Amino acid sequence: MISLSSVTKKFDTITAIKDLSFDVNAGEIFGLIGPDGAGKTTTLRVIATALNPTAGNVIVAGVDTVRDPEAVKQHIGYMPQRFALYPDLTVLENLNFFADLFGAPRRERAALIERLLGFARLTEFQTRLARNLSGGMQKKLALAASLMHRPRVLLLDEPTTGVDPISRREFWDLLTEVHLQGVTIVIATPYLDEAERCTRVGLMFRGELIACDTPNAIRANLGAVALEAQSAQAKLARQVIEARAGVLSVSAHGNSLRVLVDRAERQAEIESAWRAREISVRDVRVVKPRLEDAFVLMIGKSNER
Amino acid sequence: MNSRLLSVIRKEILHIIRDRRTFAIMFVIPIIELVLLGYAATNDIRRLTTAVYDADRTQQSRQLIEAYRASDYFAINRSAGSEDELAAWLDNGQIRAGIIIPAGYADNLAKGKTAQVGFVIDGSDPVVASTAFAASQSVGQSQGIKVLQERIGALVPGLAGGMNPAIEVRPRVWYNPELRSANYMVPAVMGIILQFLTTLFTALTIVREREQGTIEQLVVTPIKSWELVVGKVIPYVGIAFFDLIEVLILGMVLFGVYVRGNIALLLGLSILFLLTTLGLGLLVSSIARTQQESMFMAFLTMLPSIFLSGFFFPLEAMPGWLQAVSYAVPLRYMLVIIRGIMMKGVGMEAFPEQVLALLILGPLILFVASMRFRKSLE
Repeated sequence: MISLSSVTKKFDTITAIKDLSFDVNAGEIFGLIGPDGAGKTTTLRVIATALNPTAGNVIVAGVDTVRDPEAVKQHIGYMPQRFALYPDLTVLENLNFFADLFGAPRRERAALIERLLGFARLTEFQTRLARNLSGGMQKKLALAASLMHRPRVLLLDEPTTGVDPISRREFWDLLTEVHLQGVTIVIATPYLDEAERCTRVGLMFRGELIACDTPNAIRANLGAVALEAQSAQAKLARQVIEARAGVLSVSAHGNSLRVLVDRAERQAEIESAWRAREISVRDVRVVKPRLEDAFVLMIGKSNER
Repeated sequence: MNSRLLSVIRKEILHIIRDRRTFAIMFVIPIIELVLLGYAATNDIRRLTTAVYDADRTQQSRQLIEAYRASDYFAINRSAGSEDELAAWLDNGQIRAGIIIPAGYADNLAKGKTAQVGFVIDGSDPVVASTAFAASQSVGQSQGIKVLQERIGALVPGLAGGMNPAIEVRPRVWYNPELRSANYMVPAVMGIILQFLTTLFTALTIVREREQGTIEQLVVTPIKSWELVVGKVIPYVGIAFFDLIEVLILGMVLFGVYVRGNIALLLGLSILFLLTTLGLGLLVSSIARTQQESMFMAFLTMLPSIFLSGFFFPLEAMPGWLQAVSYAVPLRYMLVIIRGIMMKGVGMEAFPEQVLALLILGPLILFVASMRFRKSLE
């Protein structure tokens, strides 16, 4: 459905994305993850035809975004990171305006907007000015507006950033509904629990894609084993093993320790190191690596390069 | 009509109405400008506070003072006891002019000599001073002629009645016979308001879409750049015309300034002028990144427009290079047109050059602006 090949985007002297290539299949929820400034927003904007790539090309639903951006626009819905509707217009006025821009036929207009209002649970707020909506409601309104022309691809730039956990869950319920209708979704998110819900994720760092696979495959191919443990002296326990061979990363939160090692055998070595320093560590066990572990490790590796 | 264009116009009208304060300001601006410029920015010099030091104290000296008083240029309401006192009043600004009649004035007249009279003028405001200067001389000269006639009458009885000045100049001022500033200012205010509203608000409204981030949503819709810009600008053009008519009516009510020429022609040529000011606004919006910046830049375009258009100061009096720059100022041409239609009641035939200049400048500015303006995020 979406295909990027060797896409580069430069702004003056800064290269925002570099030689980026990946495909998104029809019906996928594709997650773009990565630290701030990794190039997620630029990538989405290039797919959305809001920016033209400096090099390379992007094909959406079989159409080249540079050669025929107007045709691409009919296929995509784009929700920018910042609330980009009019704060001084009501919910209904905003939706009507975008319906006009997409040339929604008069006869179907009312039914379409009623359906979207119902979908976004905004029916009773339709006469409220957008500026007076809560953050979560603004996001839902923006989502409804981006679905106005029944796009086949939905591009979302951090749609749940700054939204309370209940609204976040509600937003994902809406996304699932959209996804079930066959819409392909590309979502940039800083939340790795959201990334876990994607069919595939692309990890971006400094304008490059450093991993792209299903969340499970990324975890499996990590080449690391995760250990969890409890200790009253967690900080000291961390310091003791931090520099040891085979220890990829250690983090301590309160009494909890989380250690990433290259091989399962390292567990015994670490435990003996702790014993040698007479640090009491309990409940040491091997756990499934999280996407966050992969994120931290891969970025650490990229940084060394 | 294009439905996307219509919906942008509708949306823009909603923005304007919802922002009550700005909406009100748009209709109050013309009133404030007109009242300020019509009443305050006046060059009409009448009744300057004037003192007299009469060291002669004769019937003849009193006659001279009466002649000055009768001229209406000088309000003589103080009498100084000495030249020093008069000088002190001038120093501290209590008076703007002073008449000094030395002792022996009447004596000299009686002996047939030239009687000298001093006239001091506060030159700190050159406009006031030059008017007072000319008035002081002309009143004195006509008084001198009167005295001369009396002398000849005394020498040759019977001739005095037939003695008339050899030349009499009878100036008649056309278009503005009372030389009232309001007649000159009201038309100019119309030009300024047209430019101010359209340039500033065009720039503001477009930059707002960028600053607010809504442009990011717009670029992924099928709307075309021109539809967005034209749709956003049309409501402001409407308001500018409303204000134009507001000024016309206020000009009549407050200042008795009537349009002598064809109002339809005035409005028609205003559209031509608006092409240049909208273009300027668009140009500003393509450079400015924030609303604050665009406001600042719009004001920056206003300054040369006011000073290099003949709004206050005659262009003919400026140095050559500045006159050359003024040819690039659209308001310069529009003021000739507005003043021509309003004060002289002339038609198109009176200003073909101005119309041609606007026809060239408008599309030129719009072209440059649209080259710079892109409906994109870069």
